[in-house]
Amino acid sequence: MLKRPLFQLILVQLKEFCREPGILYWGIGFPVLMAWGLGIAFTNKGSLVRNIAVIENRIIIENNVLRNFLANSESYITNDEKIYKKTIVDKKLGKINYKIIFTSKEKAFILLKRGTVLVILEEKDGKVKYYFDPMSNDAQLVYLQLSREINNNKNFDYIIPLIETGTRYIDFLIPGLISMGVMMSIMWGISYSLIEKRSKKLLRRLIATPMKKTSFLFSHFAARFILCCTEAACLFFFAYFYFDIKIEGSLIALFIIFLSGVIAFTGIAIFASSRTSKTEIGNGLVNVVVMPMMVLSGVFFSYHNFPEAVIPFIQKLPLTMLADGIRSIFIEGAVLKDVIMEVFYLLGTGILFFLAGFKIYKWY
Amino acid sequence: MKTEKSINEFINPQDLDIRVINIKKFFKDIKAVDGVSLEIRKGEFIALVGPNGAGKTTLVEMIEGLQSPDSGEVYIKGKLWKGNEDTLRRILGISLQETYFFDKITVLETLNLFASFYGLGEDRIKYILELVNLDMKSKVYVNNLSGGQKQKLALGIALLNNAEILLLDEPTTGLDPSSRREIWNILKRLKEQRNISMILTTHYMEEAEFLCERIIIMDKGKILAEGQLNKLLSDYSNESNKMNLNDLFLSMTGRHLDE
Repeated sequence: MLKRPLFQLILVQLKEFCREPGILYWGIGFPVLMAWGLGIAFTNKGSLVRNIAVIENRIIIENNVLRNFLANSESYITNDEKIYKKTIVDKKLGKINYKIIFTSKEKAFILLKRGTVLVILEEKDGKVKYYFDPMSNDAQLVYLQLSREINNNKNFDYIIPLIETGTRYIDFLIPGLISMGVMMSIMWGISYSLIEKRSKKLLRRLIATPMKKTSFLFSHFAARFILCCTEAACLFFFAYFYFDIKIEGSLIALFIIFLSGVIAFTGIAIFASSRTSKTEIGNGLVNVVVMPMMVLSGVFFSYHNFPEAVIPFIQKLPLTMLADGIRSIFIEGAVLKDVIMEVFYLLGTGILFFLAGFKIYKWY
Repeated sequence: MKTEKSINEFINPQDLDIRVINIKKFFKDIKAVDGVSLEIRKGEFIALVGPNGAGKTTLVEMIEGLQSPDSGEVYIKGKLWKGNEDTLRRILGISLQETYFFDKITVLETLNLFASFYGLGEDRIKYILELVNLDMKSKVYVNNLSGGQKQKLALGIALLNNAEILLLDEPTTGLDPSSRREIWNILKRLKEQRNISMILTTHYMEEAEFLCERIIIMDKGKILAEGQLNKLLSDYSNESNKMNLNDLFLSMTGRHLDE
């Protein structure tokens, strides 16, 4: 085994990875931290603080509606602004803290433009007006909660929050993060590293031996597959123990689509690294591949928010295919036949890009 | 221009380890190698000397099969590169100019990797570690080695496969005199023990003189002169003006060897 070039090539890469603490942090620690941060921010674990502004009006103090709402709230004055702290505790929605800033109309709108406050309240003729950006989901949610509270739950339908496993934001997020981890790990780990090896003439030195070129490239795929599995497993087990994430579908299907994703991105990475020997250009090439997919492929939020016309294009992106496939296995209980199209698409993409990259590969 | 006619023209081409015929390599308007021919017999040590940009590295890389010539042919042991890559890679020992290795990999692991390409085992690795005096550094990461130790590692890798032909591109550039002398001694011992051939590119006259029996002077992609050092010097010197290699080079090109 020790005399086998492929084994040695894989071993060298794994050792380099394990001996670089920075890589361990960015490869494993950072995705877990990101999942934790986003999971906390978008689920009912922990308490949120929502800022809102109230346009100051002498009448408002006398008004029953807001007076009732702010009764018994802690208040203080800072920079000539009166600030109330109001906490709404809901068994189902969790604890939500409001910071309510009484200020002038001009200042309130400046705060909204800056993103400091989500909603502005103004009382007129016994009615409360709500100003907010209708495109902001957060602002809409605050409006719904506040209007319900201010009106003492009168004339409101019941809110049934979906907090069961599979319907939460974190259930949506984790498969996206796993997919993004595969893409980032491979694009930076293979593409950039191959370009760096070329620029340092290590590629040239290796090729001056009887080493098989295919073994060399395959070793990158194999080493990255092991690393991607480790990264994904760390992220999954963190989410499993902390957020109670479950895999509803087939584990075999999950393995196959994951492998297909690794193959797809390895092919793209080899293609992207096939010519240049300048790491600066490599940096740009990797970003050209990863940035559009990170934004469009629905890693953090659904791509269905984009215009209808571009959705078919987005759905053809390898990261979208991988994320949608893994997500359907995680939360919809999908089995292999449900993700077979994604598997074939990813495999086809990987093989096509690998062959094209291998054909034009600049070894020295 | 005086050029010593090689005795190689009288010997059988089969006895030649390397035969280069009218080789050319241009990079846009730059004539890196411009119609060079040379022959190296089995067991011969050759020094390619010339300043930076003379075309030494391009010539050696074409012999190594790392660059394709625009025209002309390269034969190694009577074989062309095309179709014989695997065979030829196994008989060449190569040390490139400025090679980096994997940073966070030890000397031993680096040798293990390269040995695996030739199917070699631990005994050979141990022998090489002792030969290049890196046995005490076998567990040190490559990026923690000094410049001289890295050069010794590069030389060790070149010697790993028991090569019949060594192609060493400036193996001692940038080294202090004692490290340079250490590498010379390794190569000298090797020459005495085994009948191998070697092309060595260098800026150092004393290196060429110490190790090689034939010297080829290159500039601007062409061979200006070749022959044994003493013969070259005597051909170009006269009673009132005794030359060394640097003087010789200066008289031919108007430039110093170490430019």
